[in-house]
Amino acid sequence: MKIPYPVFFKRAEDYPKWLPAATSVAAVLLAFVISGVVLAATGADPLKVYSYFFKASFGSWGAFSDVVVKATPLLLIGLGCSLAFRMRLWNIGAEGQFFVGAFMASAVVMVPLVNLDTTPRWAIISLMAALGMLGGALYAFIPGILKAKLNINEIIITLMLNYIAVLWSNYWIFGNWSEAGFQMTKTFPKNAWLPRLADLAAEFPAFSGMTAHAGILFGLIAAVIVYLIIYRSKWGYKITLIGDNPRAARYAGINITRNTILVFMISGALAGLAGMTEVSGVVHRLQERISTSYGFSGVIVAWLAKLNPFAVILVSILFGALLVASREIQPSGISFLIQGITLFLIISSDVLLKYEIKWVRPAQETAQ
Amino acid sequence: MNWIEIFRSGISTGTVLLIAAIGETLTERSGIQNLGVEGMMLVGAMAGFKIAYQTGNVWLGLLAAIAAGGLLSLAHAVVTIHFQADQTVSGLSLTFLGTGLALVLGDGLTGMTGPVIPRATIPLLSQIPYLGQVAFSDHNLLVYFGYLLVPLSWYYIHKTRQGLHLRAVGENPAAADTLGVNIYRTRYLYTFIGGCFAGLAGAAISVAIAPGWYSNLTVNGQGWIAVALVIFAHWNPWRVAMGGYLFGVLRRFTLDLQGPRLLFGLANPFFFNTNLVFFLQMAPYILTIIALIWGSSAARKKRIGSPAALGIPYQRGERGL
Repeated sequence: MKIPYPVFFKRAEDYPKWLPAATSVAAVLLAFVISGVVLAATGADPLKVYSYFFKASFGSWGAFSDVVVKATPLLLIGLGCSLAFRMRLWNIGAEGQFFVGAFMASAVVMVPLVNLDTTPRWAIISLMAALGMLGGALYAFIPGILKAKLNINEIIITLMLNYIAVLWSNYWIFGNWSEAGFQMTKTFPKNAWLPRLADLAAEFPAFSGMTAHAGILFGLIAAVIVYLIIYRSKWGYKITLIGDNPRAARYAGINITRNTILVFMISGALAGLAGMTEVSGVVHRLQERISTSYGFSGVIVAWLAKLNPFAVILVSILFGALLVASREIQPSGISFLIQGITLFLIISSDVLLKYEIKWVRPAQETAQ
Repeated sequence: MNWIEIFRSGISTGTVLLIAAIGETLTERSGIQNLGVEGMMLVGAMAGFKIAYQTGNVWLGLLAAIAAGGLLSLAHAVVTIHFQADQTVSGLSLTFLGTGLALVLGDGLTGMTGPVIPRATIPLLSQIPYLGQVAFSDHNLLVYFGYLLVPLSWYYIHKTRQGLHLRAVGENPAAADTLGVNIYRTRYLYTFIGGCFAGLAGAAISVAIAPGWYSNLTVNGQGWIAVALVIFAHWNPWRVAMGGYLFGVLRRFTLDLQGPRLLFGLANPFFFNTNLVFFLQMAPYILTIIALIWGSSAARKKRIGSPAALGIPYQRGERGL
């Protein structure tokens, strides 16, 4: 077996500013084309599926509101992943941190930690958000410290913790918190609900029935904060430096151990907040399947956005649309497939940024 | 509790981890880390079951699973070897891709029953008291394949010329390159072989150990556990085998804990409160974490490291990181 080398990669010094965005867009489009081929192979009509896709997610304001609902956790998780990935910390555990955050937020109502009738709504919601973030951060502390102190592969640890968090949440909803034997808690009182657009229907009739909730505001604020951290703060520069060149960072006197743990915890806090918004803003109870693999999609969102917080907003809307549409589309794996292909194309396209590609003809090669 | 049965089924479920982890060991020895084992196993499980179900021939199913796992791994190989992409992200996306492919192509297979790998009893060896019952009687053929795989792969890695090349490419590719070993070809080859083993491991679930297709619950994290096992085992097939079987036994043991009313003479909490079962189900994942911590601290004490070039792309004339 001889692998020919007709292509030659020359390390590129620089690339045009529009190139990263262009490769991302091209990757998404190409992913749809390739998935279309797979769909056609299974006997479905890809064009029909895609036009349905579009209608189900952008066809009306109501549909778009659903997209925003799905985009909210993706945005928060994608931001957390962007921060961690800048340091080359592979936090794949957003799914687990999401569940722990949802669990902690639910505890406020289920234990209950405060008097639900007399405490004002803003206080309950703030407490739920704070505990959700705390839960996610503490859960992410485990892989953080194992990585920082013992250099143990954080991918596997975070993945194992995902399974454990789901089972932990199941223990409560099947057991002590179960409502009448169903696998869910009771519905939270309205005092613990994040405000929705539909709440404003009295003043603005156009909003009636719209489920988009205030969680998206958390996401947008977080995007600004993460942007400021990464691009405008000294600490953000340190994080990026540790990711790009840990040796140089160590010589520069940057505390890698502390930053590893800290970045992991912030990343986890954002995922935990996502879990809180889901129980408080969408389902209003803790139940099974509060997540449709948000934790994993968040990884792809971060990567597709090239770890840029503002791009994360756009990409999470796109992936929210994908999730909304794929709810009703068979076979159910199609959204996974598109996500997987997109991610693959994105990382392959990075070669265009890093290298100038030259075709080398055999004759040229011998001439050299 | 029936100890013979616990050990028997531990060996049989451990075989899945064993096959996948030996494949990943070979891949990682060449300097390529493929975290997509879970995805390749899912595709293998789907392809194996689907082809076996459609043709009625379980061996064709196995072949299809091996081919499917191998083909999928080539995507990782191209992206990480030629395009020099980050191996972590590529492996992750391979898992997504494999999961998506398996769910789409496996649509409608749930609930079907197909042919399974035949079982066999080894004459003479099965007469050994206890051990014969546990290890050599009425197992499916893949379990025996696993017994052969361990010494063979160890011999291959440590005692043959090809194995020497493999280790050289993973430890010091620049030196291997100057001695005329084709780095890219070697890495492609072992990434492919690792994929084939992962596909086979997936099929070992769907046509032998727990026959059937249960969407992504078929593999349910075992691919990740296999990746962890490789690290725990310090890239050594014997330790892979030990860890794989031990893991299988412990897993079965925790499942069996729910059965008896009395446990070590005390009332069994798992029998009287069925919700505590969720904690038993956590056991394999907690065990994996403990095994990783244990394995990596043992490695540090004995100064055993991962293959030195693991995760670093190679390009002739460029300094590695």
